[in-house]
Amino acid sequence: MRALNGWLIAVYGFLYLPIAVLMVLSFNRSGMPTAWGGFSLEWYGKLAQNPKIIGAAWNSLVVAIWATAISTVLGTLLALGVERARRSAAREALLFAPMIIPDIVLAIALLSFFTLIKFTLGLRSIVMAHVVFNLAFVCAVVRARLKSYDWSLNEASRDLGASAAATFFRITLPLIGPSVLAGGLLAFTLSIDEFIIAYFTAGAGQSSTTLPMQIYAMIRFGVTPEINAMATVVMGLSFVMILAAQRLNRGRLPGT
Amino acid sequence: MRMISRSATWLLMLPGLLWLGLLMVVPCLLIFVLIFFERGIYGGIDWGAPTLENVTRVFDPLYLSIFLDSAVIAAVSTLAALLIGYPAAYAIVKAPPSRQTALLFLAILPFWTNYLIRTYAWIVLLNPAGLINSLLIWLGLRSEPLTLLYTKPAVVLGLVYSYTPFVILAIYSALQRLDPSYAEASRDLGAGAAQTFLRITLPLTAPGVAAGAVFVFVLSVGNFVTPDLLGGGKFQMVGNLIYDQFLSARDWPFGAALSALLIGLMLLLLFAQAIATLRARGEHARA
Amino acid sequence: MTFKTLLSLAAGALMLAAGSTAAFAEKLVISNWDGYMPKDMAEKFKAATGIDLEIAVHATNEEIMGKVTASGGEGYDVLFVSSPFAEALNNLGLLAPIDHSKIPNLANLYPEANELKHDPGNTFSVPYTWGTTGLCYRSDLVKAAPTSWNGLLTPTDDLKGKITMLSTDRWLMAAGFLANGLSVNTTDQASLDKVRDQLIAAKRNLLAYDDTTFYSKLVSGEALMVQAWDGWCNYGITDKPEIKYVIPKEGSDLWVDTMVIAKASKNPEAAAKFIDFVMNAENGKWVVENIMYKSPNKAGMETVDKALFEKYPNMAITPAELLKYEQLRDLGNGMKAFSKTVSEVMAAK
Repeated sequence: MRALNGWLIAVYGFLYLPIAVLMVLSFNRSGMPTAWGGFSLEWYGKLAQNPKIIGAAWNSLVVAIWATAISTVLGTLLALGVERARRSAAREALLFAPMIIPDIVLAIALLSFFTLIKFTLGLRSIVMAHVVFNLAFVCAVVRARLKSYDWSLNEASRDLGASAAATFFRITLPLIGPSVLAGGLLAFTLSIDEFIIAYFTAGAGQSSTTLPMQIYAMIRFGVTPEINAMATVVMGLSFVMILAAQRLNRGRLPGT
Repeated sequence: MRMISRSATWLLMLPGLLWLGLLMVVPCLLIFVLIFFERGIYGGIDWGAPTLENVTRVFDPLYLSIFLDSAVIAAVSTLAALLIGYPAAYAIVKAPPSRQTALLFLAILPFWTNYLIRTYAWIVLLNPAGLINSLLIWLGLRSEPLTLLYTKPAVVLGLVYSYTPFVILAIYSALQRLDPSYAEASRDLGAGAAQTFLRITLPLTAPGVAAGAVFVFVLSVGNFVTPDLLGGGKFQMVGNLIYDQFLSARDWPFGAALSALLIGLMLLLLFAQAIATLRARGEHARA
Repeated sequence: MTFKTLLSLAAGALMLAAGSTAAFAEKLVISNWDGYMPKDMAEKFKAATGIDLEIAVHATNEEIMGKVTASGGEGYDVLFVSSPFAEALNNLGLLAPIDHSKIPNLANLYPEANELKHDPGNTFSVPYTWGTTGLCYRSDLVKAAPTSWNGLLTPTDDLKGKITMLSTDRWLMAAGFLANGLSVNTTDQASLDKVRDQLIAAKRNLLAYDDTTFYSKLVSGEALMVQAWDGWCNYGITDKPEIKYVIPKEGSDLWVDTMVIAKASKNPEAAAKFIDFVMNAENGKWVVENIMYKSPNKAGMETVDKALFEKYPNMAITPAELLKYEQLRDLGNGMKAFSKTVSEVMAAK
């Protein structure tokens, strides 16, 4: 057990090492990542005055929240259906495809399609595009859990007179909750940082520019400490959110 | 025991399938039909006579070797991510329930910051004057800096770094509901911890491992930013090749053909894996 | 139409999603590389003309090209792209002609800027910046200043593992073509094969292919010599005056970044006004001083602070000199053989 926990700490160390680096760099007075020019908050000031980066970060958040919400619901339903339906190779292929279609292909295909049907491009079209691949990932995670799900529980619940909806919310969802949460987390993570598909399905102009689009465009000047400052703020806010949720929700999570 | 009616199953699947049908299948058909046409002189499509040229061109040994190379890099990354991620997911599941969600979030949090900046942070760490080399020299382990950056191992490192959290998520969700009584029974019957893990826990979490492996493998093969940045552009993945066809060469028909080959190969792999799992489970049941 | 209805239904849940592209009315949408224009361009343009300027950014020519090709350029008015891309967009029928009567400030261009091979007379594009591609190096750390493209392809021992080449395919190959005295638009198989073999051999001595942060590699000393566009070398010179730029003796290409008007533009009048605004003498000067690139805007270049030319000597390259070099052109049917060759170089170990 101790070895296991040691391993977990080491893994977190690995995951946070680059984050620590970029956090430190965000306080670097010198603009160059290779030289330490003294502690400074100047980049945070610059960030606060840069509506482009902040607006783009906000757009990313809006896209990721919508895409996560829609794909978590649809993906979970899909998983529940698929696991109980007769196996179909075609359906399996359909569910697997969004994960492997190269993003540039999906990007160009969707842009051509949206143009063809004269659908106005904007944050909405990015969300619709992101749900395509998120759906598949959520579905895959939930299905992995459902493989060891005991369906006789549902049977028992129905026998005892519970409705299908009550059975879902009182039996199934609490049991598969952690996998739905894991799927949703995965979807959010994929969506918030997605670049190619967002670039192609975004409208022209800042109103649908997401943070990755902004950062890819800025990269010709290297990663400026301003971007590192943005990342640090994002990390800080996320930490606070999770801590707060942990406080509110101590031990009362679906399925635990 | 599958008490639910067929129509109810379809109802559950309908919204998702409709979404995929409308926003994936239809648009992709628009692109995949291009395979049978030629690139126009300036990069558009020449809607003249259909041709099979692009289909035969993808089997050029040059492109197949790129497929093979990236499959190897992706496979190594997948294996490494599983080896790192499985014990981590196991440790999270063994943690007090009230902490599990927080631990899970903690694993995924770094990935809410931008991919490019995280990768650049690795460049800062790995470069000859970077933290890792400075540390090695300071510890007296090396006198000269190691060449870490712009190598194949650096690409693998970047991929493992990016996708390990997905493995943790997938395996966690499979492990989380594993009935501990199986493992207890096994131990009671005198099996060692290792044996219990290999004969009970691992097979029961195989779907989660498979899901995680699939994520890492497919995302790695299609990745094109990491090979560019950490590999210094010297190692090409299928992702780079396809990206270049669509954007640099503006040869959409050939790009579509390469994508179709990629998707075909992956589906084959998936079905092979599904059959293997079924067979393994059959044996397990008989044993 | 039924598709659209269906789609709207499928997206029903989304209808509340914030943000959508607003009406285009008196708003002009341009797409440029980030930082390739003075930061206050939008405010100044608005103050001068009353037209709102919305600035989108693209990371590469390839991206904006792909996007415009797939969508027909819907939503954009003015695009900033390099000349081969402008040429291809025009050949694909995606650009509106430049109406010289609406852009009187075109008179501010150097005469040479009206003779650019990709678009003589500037019929569909207006040159914004121009320059050369050469070698950018650390004069304090290299044993001998480079003079030839062969110094990049077959480096001396002290440079091995400390050089980078551009990863954008056309410029990568251009280094090989120029070293062999070939046209930068070569597409014949024998020459491609020859250059391919040389580039594969050169790959073993490379630190990396890099077309974004090569200058910061020079500043940190990670690289000692890089293939670079002259304007980007200037970013390095700013941080490290020991960095120098040289056009190898075999020559360079002449690259031109241009402004074009999308055919799909709903507001071509305002688009012309924008280009005219960028081309006036005062703005020409101010662009050059902000981004440190040479501009074909004669009226602007002549008023630029001469100290700049001393600090960044490549900015003093004259238009006559620039015109000696060949421009990259759209390769047309030759692109297929060309891109296969690039794939071969990239796949080589």
